[in-house]
Amino acid sequence: MGRVTLELVDVSMDYRLRGKEKRALDSVNLTVSPREFLCVVGASGSGKSTLLSLVAGLTMPTSGQITIEGHPITGPGPDRGLVFQAGSLYPWRTVERNVAFGLELLGLDAAERSRRVDWYLAETGLAEVRRSLPRQLSGGQQQRVAIARALVCEPAVLLLDEPFGALDVQTKEDMQLLIRQIWRDTGTTVLMVTHDVEEAVFLGTRVVVLASEPGRVAADLRIPLAEDRSLATKRSPAFLELRASIEDMVRAQHRGGVTA
Amino acid sequence: MKAALAERAADVRAAWPPLPRRTRPQRTVLAIRTPLSRRTTTILTVGSLAVPFACWVVLSATGAVPATFLPSPGAVLSVGWEMARSGELAVDAWTTTRRVLEGFGLAVVVSVPLGILMGTFHAGQAAFEPVIGLLRYLPASAFIPLLIIWLGLGEPSKIAILFIGTVFFNTLMTADVVRGVPRALIDVSYTLGAHRGEVLRKVVVPHSLPGIIDAIRVNAAAAWNFVVVAELVNSTAGLGYRIVRAQRFLQTDKIFAVLVVIGVIGVTIDVALRLVRTRVGRWAA
Repeated sequence: MGRVTLELVDVSMDYRLRGKEKRALDSVNLTVSPREFLCVVGASGSGKSTLLSLVAGLTMPTSGQITIEGHPITGPGPDRGLVFQAGSLYPWRTVERNVAFGLELLGLDAAERSRRVDWYLAETGLAEVRRSLPRQLSGGQQQRVAIARALVCEPAVLLLDEPFGALDVQTKEDMQLLIRQIWRDTGTTVLMVTHDVEEAVFLGTRVVVLASEPGRVAADLRIPLAEDRSLATKRSPAFLELRASIEDMVRAQHRGGVTA
Repeated sequence: MKAALAERAADVRAAWPPLPRRTRPQRTVLAIRTPLSRRTTTILTVGSLAVPFACWVVLSATGAVPATFLPSPGAVLSVGWEMARSGELAVDAWTTTRRVLEGFGLAVVVSVPLGILMGTFHAGQAAFEPVIGLLRYLPASAFIPLLIIWLGLGEPSKIAILFIGTVFFNTLMTADVVRGVPRALIDVSYTLGAHRGEVLRKVVVPHSLPGIIDAIRVNAAAAWNFVVVAELVNSTAGLGYRIVRAQRFLQTDKIFAVLVVIGVIGVTIDVALRLVRTRVGRWAA
């Protein structure tokens, strides 16, 4: 593994809306190191999701270059596992067969598949529902399946697109603790997009604030909180101060935002 | 509310008359999307079959309608029994069923892959949608004379009518189902390392399968309609042919018997396809 997991150099992205060129991202430069948990926050229109879609290889930038472990990105691949907000599970496949999808494509035999799938099902707390269909699961469980399915392919970076945005507050906190624990257990690198600043500060080792219309990197901050975080961390003065200052930045960057 | 408003003299809303009240009507049988009691459901279900049947019995028994126009249920049953015993009915039913299997089967074999192509690739849609969208408005029955000129009076022209009558609709309905596969499901499959063919085989097709079977069920009913129409012209066997022959001899009872058989086979096909749909689409329930 190189010293840099993911690198964006001068990445810009234009799109056409009713015949008009619009710039979604404007010369974004970003470097993600191995084992980082980088959270990208920004108001709507800041191009957060566009950024993730570019890294995933689902869309190509108008200009600039994106490299993963030194290799330029030419399309989507299992080295960049992607988790959407909701609704991306294969509804006809059981939990374990959803998780095994990427391994089936690689041609792994059944024994090797189930050894790997079993580990990630245990890690995400899904062992007991392994034979259930997605529609029989709660929203939180469905997101765990999506995370396990991406991780089993051992991606260089795990991409999370507002992964807990559709969950109720309690489930969301459970999932935040779980993804922290998974991040520490597996040693994976995470790039997560969210509009929830509290979530970003709680989960991230680093937080990037995007400005809106066009999206630009407005701030890039290390989060100086201890590795070991619990829900109590969210009430600590250091946390609250960080959260408030980043929320102010997001608000200041929001086009037409009203300052309190 | 009103009192609280009155206290705030400056509030213009204080001068507004109270909003009229609407009373909520009692819950009735016709409440929108509200489940009925088991009893009401049973009454309606039984009634929907029993009432028309009772009308038939009364009209024929009282002689209000002459037997030549409306034979009694008993007469229909005995003629049907006679036809079944002579073996005539089995030959007719099988001839007709075989035509449906061949004509509609061919339509399915062509329309399902074509529909998947059109629903998956914009190129497929751009190339086929205009011509199919036009062709489906041409009634299959209008093709009968042309098909007889092209293919003769035998089986091929009848199979062709069935094919023409169903293939376009089934293609467009399949394409619609395939277009319903969520974008996220396709994107996520690529990020898991799937290639285009794998996305098609392992994601698009399995997700669309229940909907495709639904389309086939709807069009099977259409095929069953067309086959009888096709047989009204120049056949030597089949349920449609039997109806035309019975008409020549004013055998209304025979026509009724054949209509009953057509109905029964149609319902059987529908039930069978519904069972397949339930099995395949268990995950969607």
